[in-house]
Amino acid sequence: MSTSHGTATAVDIAAAVRAGERSAVEVLEPYLAAIEARDAELHAFNLVTADEARDAAAALDRRVAAGEDPGPLAGVPVALKDNLCTRGVPTTCSSRILEGWRPPYDATVVARLTAAGAVSVGKTNLDEFAMGSSTENSAFGPTRNPHDPTRVPGGSSGGSAAAVAAGFAPVALGSDTGGSIRQPAALCGVVGVKPTYGLVSRYGLVAFASSLDQIGPFATTVRDAALLLEVIAGHDPCDSTSIPQPAPGLVDVLDRGVEGLRVGVIAELTGEGIAPDVARRVTEAAEALERAGATVGEASVPAAALGLSAYYLIAPAEASSNLARYDGVRYGLRVDARTTGEMMEASRTAGFGDEVKRRIMLGTYALSAGYRDAYYGKALRVRTLIARDFAAAYERFDVLLSPTSPTTAFPIGDKAADPLSMYLNDVCTIPTNLVGDAAMSVPFGTGDDGLPVGVQVLAPALGEVPMFRVGAALEAAAPGAAAVRPDGEEQP
Amino acid sequence: MSVTDDSVLVTSPTTGAVWEVVIGLEVHAELHTATKLFCACPNSFGDEPNTNVCPVCLGLPGSLPVLNRRAVELAMRLGRALGCTVNDSTFARKNYFYPDMPKDYQVSQYDEPVNTDGVLELPDGSRVGIERAHMEEDTGKNTHAGGGGRIHDADYSLIDYNRAGVPLVEIVGRPDIRSAEQAKAYVEELRGVLLATGASDAKMEEGSLRVDANVSVRPAGSTELGTRCEIKNLNSLRSLGRAIDYEARRQIDLLESGERIRQETRHWDEEGGRTRPGRSKEEAEDYRYFQEPDLVPLEPDADWLAAVDASLPALPAQRRARLAAAAGVAPGDVALHVARGLDGLALAAIEAGGDPSRVLNHVEHNLAVEGAEALDPTHLAELVRLEADGALTATQAKTVLANMVGSGRSPGDIAAERGFEAMDTGALEAAVDELIAAKPDEWAEFCGDDERKRGKLTGFFVGQVMKATKGQADGKAVTALLDARRDAARG
Repeated sequence: MSTSHGTATAVDIAAAVRAGERSAVEVLEPYLAAIEARDAELHAFNLVTADEARDAAAALDRRVAAGEDPGPLAGVPVALKDNLCTRGVPTTCSSRILEGWRPPYDATVVARLTAAGAVSVGKTNLDEFAMGSSTENSAFGPTRNPHDPTRVPGGSSGGSAAAVAAGFAPVALGSDTGGSIRQPAALCGVVGVKPTYGLVSRYGLVAFASSLDQIGPFATTVRDAALLLEVIAGHDPCDSTSIPQPAPGLVDVLDRGVEGLRVGVIAELTGEGIAPDVARRVTEAAEALERAGATVGEASVPAAALGLSAYYLIAPAEASSNLARYDGVRYGLRVDARTTGEMMEASRTAGFGDEVKRRIMLGTYALSAGYRDAYYGKALRVRTLIARDFAAAYERFDVLLSPTSPTTAFPIGDKAADPLSMYLNDVCTIPTNLVGDAAMSVPFGTGDDGLPVGVQVLAPALGEVPMFRVGAALEAAAPGAAAVRPDGEEQP
Repeated sequence: MSVTDDSVLVTSPTTGAVWEVVIGLEVHAELHTATKLFCACPNSFGDEPNTNVCPVCLGLPGSLPVLNRRAVELAMRLGRALGCTVNDSTFARKNYFYPDMPKDYQVSQYDEPVNTDGVLELPDGSRVGIERAHMEEDTGKNTHAGGGGRIHDADYSLIDYNRAGVPLVEIVGRPDIRSAEQAKAYVEELRGVLLATGASDAKMEEGSLRVDANVSVRPAGSTELGTRCEIKNLNSLRSLGRAIDYEARRQIDLLESGERIRQETRHWDEEGGRTRPGRSKEEAEDYRYFQEPDLVPLEPDADWLAAVDASLPALPAQRRARLAAAAGVAPGDVALHVARGLDGLALAAIEAGGDPSRVLNHVEHNLAVEGAEALDPTHLAELVRLEADGALTATQAKTVLANMVGSGRSPGDIAAERGFEAMDTGALEAAVDELIAAKPDEWAEFCGDDERKRGKLTGFFVGQVMKATKGQADGKAVTALLDARRDAARG
């Protein structure tokens, strides 16, 4: 397959298009060709909007010709997770229940990307309603890992991660509720960022668990991720939980290095349950940061280990309520029945997959009278406990380090029948969502199987600046980066 | 909170047992905002169905609520007017499936409501506790068509989401009400407060004011609450009164025949004049409340609260107290004046020297007309002075007053133009004597012993004198003169 476009970054593309050196149409075509060539195999996309993309690119070129500046993402192709609302374009959440639904509005992030000159190439596959860690829970079939198509790309934003790893788009957006950006980024060998809760507007993101969901970027480089985040971040009056602050400047801090930063390796997330080859990469990452001038020590976040249990009460509880609206009355799938109640039941039975039903039931139970305090209430208290432990750790450290995922990409079907082992995939990423902090996954070498390993950099709320500085340092120090390129092309 | 000193008790006609009826009202009022609670759609009644809708109030996937500041302000103003504590508050989701609810949950304040612990004082002086007054969003409106016309047996249903997301305040009263009459007075008083504060236009007929009644009964003297039934579908004050009386009767009958009251929701059937059980399924509902994660806690700062306090108008109870004090009467005697918004006029007329009882009397009986509130109070004071001085008879005063409304003219001018002037005693005596001479039969009967006939004939003679004097005679003076002549005739 053609890889001539594959090394171009969003930063380079935007600079070239803005300068009139390359047309947006020229930039776009190789990506569409790559999708054409390989997406039938990988299934990163639920929908490729090639015609709309070509029209948008042509319109951008006309604006450049007219002397306008289309913005910081001029001509940059972008893939959108299919739980982000796109005006007039089907948004499925990889669920049958949303069959036929076309949102009448754009998500805030989509509008901001468009305003910045980005060109959407399509909607990427996900675990249904973002519930899963492998993208196997899609009603439209699994996405495959570009590094090894017998393996999962991670999830739930597996389609976006695979699309960037496969060179279908230089950047993509995903959503992260318990690790759904970072874990697939790690498994696909790309950069993935879960911003601070409230930094990026959720308006137009189809809700899974409202207090945990956050939209973030996928990219091949830390710099591209920073650029994308700068564009989508910043206050949005349509989201009450949006932080009333402008987007932070991130691209400009990447060259500052890590001299003087205090980095803590989380003891509780590097031992038991973590594959030795993955744990080794985290140790190497810490050493690399130390060589680069950071102070490295061991951090303890005891309550982090409780995150998984709390998460699997809080997230399903919110989901059980968020997903109630899919009742067959107004949009999406309707299965007719004798009464309204039976119609709702039949529609939901036919429209939701097993994992979604499992979580709706879990959440309904966790909130029900007589159990609410014991389950949901207790989980909220655990959440407070975890926040306290992280706050204490951040008194000693500027950022924390851990694996992103306990293992490298696992074979398709391996954990599909065992929800609990699947849930364990997110043990390192979940605490950040519960606390509302920031974290990112940066590719850092491979495991013993030759598959990518991601190292997670965690930062306190609004700690994106030190986080990106550390991310950039890890990227620079990453071992054998050339070996993990999925398209087989060696990097110099 | 104890309410009236002597509660209204019901004596059973069959057993003679004495029962007390206990009523607590839940009132939903639409807040009078320009836009809905969580989006910018118009809050407007009677528009073409599904025209005031957007992704937010339709609950489309991905949409998020943003709280309407004006709605909060009106809710807080109402809270302060009801003497409530205004708290930091949160919103929760009340989860249940219903097709008129776009998200299949209702965003409502649950365990941390904005207003708590207030009181509403009624014109008769009784006080009804307010447990809470919290904000929530309204639902859409179902129309079930064909078949049985109800949700479970209709052929099809139409849904209008214009009302979905309209801001409501739910005012939960304590079970301090003891009669249908008091319940009606409570709703009327609450309506007055809603109107005075501008919180709601409070129109029961348009559904912007909706009342549910919790009714229970207990043996007189008992302090325990009986099992209650919640009555819905009360569309007017009349329905409220009838429904409470019916329901109390039904419960007493059940208890007296040894049966138990089942706690349930019942619907008022206006035509049949009875309450009927709702679906029992509703009672088993578990709403799975939890804090709405899409909204942040509402924490009004001191400045905002101070501004709300400063914006509070005089409330009906305060206005009644003020007018009553000025007039030297009980607050209950001026309820109508305040309800009609004419208390300001009456007060100013009294302060301008008008005789209080004459002022109140005119305002109550002769000024239920448009434009009355614009009367110059000094003109009203002048009118009652002319009347008190005998320069105008009651009938003349009424005519003059009617001509004052809308014209801005003084009573002196109008009286002069009409030729109204006090008759001197001689002229009045002449007119009466003339009439007695002309109606000897009636006069003889008037002088007889039949009290009933005499009463009737007083009216007759006064009417005749009025006619003869073109209304210039003072009715009271004529009556006195007739009595004096009768006494003389009977020796």
